[in-house]
Amino acid sequence: MATHVRAEAPPAARSSWRSRLYRFDLKASPYAFIAPFFLCFAAFGLFPLVWTGWLSLHYVDLLKPDVMEWKGFGNYTRLWSNDQFWTALRNTFTIGVISTVPQLLTALGLAHLLNYRMRARGFFRVAILAPYATSIAAATLVFVQLFNPDYGFINWMLDLVGFHPNWYSDTWPSQIAISTIVTWRWTGYNALIYLAAMQAVPKDLYEAASLDGANRWQQFTRITIPSIRPTIMFTIIVSTIGATQLFGEPMLFGGGVGVSGGSAHQFQTLSLYMYELGWPSRQLGRASAVAWTMLLILLLIGLVQFLITRYRKRNELGG
Amino acid sequence: MATTLSTPSPREAKHAEPARPRGLFRRKAGEHDKAGPVTYVLLGVAALVSLFPLYWTFVAASNTGERVALSPPPMVPGGELWNNISTAWDQADMGTALLNSTIVAGCVSLSTVLFSTLAGFAFAKLRFRGRNALLTLVVATMTIPPQLSVIPLYRIVTGLEWSGHLQSVILPSLVAAFGVFFMRQFLSEALPFELIEAARVDGANSLRVIWHVVFPIARPAMAVLGMLVFVQSWNDFFWPFVVLTQQNPTVQVALSAIGGGSGHDINQAVIMTGALVGTLPLLLIFAVLGKHIVGGITSGAVKS
Repeated sequence: MATHVRAEAPPAARSSWRSRLYRFDLKASPYAFIAPFFLCFAAFGLFPLVWTGWLSLHYVDLLKPDVMEWKGFGNYTRLWSNDQFWTALRNTFTIGVISTVPQLLTALGLAHLLNYRMRARGFFRVAILAPYATSIAAATLVFVQLFNPDYGFINWMLDLVGFHPNWYSDTWPSQIAISTIVTWRWTGYNALIYLAAMQAVPKDLYEAASLDGANRWQQFTRITIPSIRPTIMFTIIVSTIGATQLFGEPMLFGGGVGVSGGSAHQFQTLSLYMYELGWPSRQLGRASAVAWTMLLILLLIGLVQFLITRYRKRNELGG
Repeated sequence: MATTLSTPSPREAKHAEPARPRGLFRRKAGEHDKAGPVTYVLLGVAALVSLFPLYWTFVAASNTGERVALSPPPMVPGGELWNNISTAWDQADMGTALLNSTIVAGCVSLSTVLFSTLAGFAFAKLRFRGRNALLTLVVATMTIPPQLSVIPLYRIVTGLEWSGHLQSVILPSLVAAFGVFFMRQFLSEALPFELIEAARVDGANSLRVIWHVVFPIARPAMAVLGMLVFVQSWNDFFWPFVVLTQQNPTVQVALSAIGGGSGHDINQAVIMTGALVGTLPLLLIFAVLGKHIVGGITSGAVKS
């Protein structure tokens, strides 16, 4: 996650710094400008993060949060041997994959199409971004309707070809339905981010390629994709984080049994499991352990991604 | 995640392709980046899929619950919209919810834009010790799931007896790492060092530089960031759901009361009406300012 920092401007030698105050202003103002961000982050991000770690080592009741009973790593070992935790972990992973992979692939294709010169490009761009403006709650309520097994629009269409899945109670259909909501909301947004990156790819690369006889598909796979790889990595990271945190969609999709992720936990994600432990079951310590487990999983994924990137880079430089 | 921003090269390059490629992606010479009919069809399908659920929300919100529950479901708007709206208003305090969401999203986007511009300017254009390390830290904080801080925040908020009040939702979201990064990317491209130097030579202190140089140049990016944050804050669900109650909800919390709790067989038309009322303000913003938002995203400011 190294961020590219631009080269400095040449120091302004001619400028005459007359007063000490002026010099102080120059030295201190950068810190003053970044201070609000870091102060708020420390208060509402870092401090709670550490506190959650401390809580995860205790038994704490939601209603008596000041009474803390030391448990060591007991909450974590308990998670390890808990079936519901593993179900939630597996669900988070499968829903993450079936929402992220089609979403990013579709976004990539749409961005490629939007990159052509065309009429009504403004309309198309705003149209595919419209789902982004729709809230999780509103979108989920609409899709609950569309996926209703008895009178929903989707089953009405599928009935025509003889399919009748139960989108609420069966594991795969319910996970596909939830992933559909995620995909619907985020595909357009990702497409526009890809489009931005594609527009920055130098045109002469394509011309050189077409001189060499490369067709459109080859240009797409050999020029476009490699050129925007950093952006693709960025969207993969952001989507992975989003998938790990998935909460609102399954929660509202489940209606009355949303918190437990369906009657058989068939679509309970880690976030939902954490909420169920912390609030309905009032066990803040165990919920904190789930939260930290989520962070550890993200760090693990980040490490893997980092290693892959480094391996790639080394290969490219070596080869 | 390391990229620099580069301006799109001019699109006038319309070379004839000497060797005409074969196959599906073949284009006539000279039309090298022009959309063909297949492109229009595919984009049309994408636009339809994007817009249909929104259209259907309106259809369901303007029909009776019984009609919505029929198979096949209705496909054209009915005349029940006002009835459904008043029912939705009875089930959840939509008026308060809309007002609360406006206050929360307004405060959050104002402060995020202000603080992000200041920090983004510092990271883009000022030299100070620890700059690179701190910038990396900003980016790293984006990866922390909000769930991690929810439990202690909940204790802080209840300890201060803030739960149920709007400040419990506003204060934790006053800054956003994404915004800092966004403004930094924009300002390192858009703001020339010479302008800052000129102001300095004229004797301007840092606050004057911010006010007279940075803000005027950053204005378009600030507007885009403001809208993005507004949308995000308006749609935020998890934390408001944890700390707010149905007596003083935001729109999303109110929607969860209309939709949740009673299973799948309550009046679907009313649920859809709630969804419509909760989404409409944002869709209106999008209808009016959508091009600017899209322009802001595609201008490269969001690229990372």
